[in-house]
Amino acid sequence: MTVTVLLFASYADAVGRSQIEIDVESGATVKDIIEHVRKLGDATRLPAAPVVAVNEQYASRDRELRAGDEVALIPPVSGG
Amino acid sequence: MYSAIVERPIDSSSIIERVSRGANGAVVLFLGTVREVNDGRDVTGIEYTAYRSMAARVLSTIVEEAAALADSNDVAVEHRLGELEVGECSVAVAVAHPHRSRAFEAARYVIEELKQRVPIWKREHYVDGTREWVRPTSRDANDFVDAGEGGGR
Repeated sequence: MTVTVLLFASYADAVGRSQIEIDVESGATVKDIIEHVRKLGDATRLPAAPVVAVNEQYASRDRELRAGDEVALIPPVSGG
Repeated sequence: MYSAIVERPIDSSSIIERVSRGANGAVVLFLGTVREVNDGRDVTGIEYTAYRSMAARVLSTIVEEAAALADSNDVAVEHRLGELEVGECSVAVAVAHPHRSRAFEAARYVIEELKQRVPIWKREHYVDGTREWVRPTSRDANDFVDAGEGGGR
């Protein structure tokens, strides 16, 4: 199945892209996606346990994914 | 209640108008503006980006929470994205209430929660031509992830 990964700000810089489609086996979790993405970029700039949102809701690393999910890696926010 | 992510200058008087009613005896307006010095470095401007759809959603949730806290629907917030110069307004919060105490409390709630939970990022541009993503200094965003959106206060 395919999930869409969104990267923002410093994480997008670390990987050099802001959106990636990733093929994963069913049963894959947020943690699997993080490990996959860290291999694509400068892992020193992508923490092992970043804040993640799935379909625009903050989610834990154990969250099991479904086909078509939108997984966003959220750098420390700094709005305001 | 009103919340919006915008890419144009913020008009604070229009935010005030959104919450002003005859029943209210107090209007609190908070404006966040671009500061010329941060951590000792001279700043020429700030660029704001966002996970826009989620930011709009979380901002709306925060406004609903603030309205419940103040027992007033007269809560409004706008956050601007894009390139801002020193002195420009990046965020405006207005809360109106029959009495000032609740208005202050709810306005403070909106800006503090916004800074912790809304997926917006700023990159400062410095006099020497460099630019850097700003790392927040207060609470670690990881503190609230396990509680999910709306938790972690």
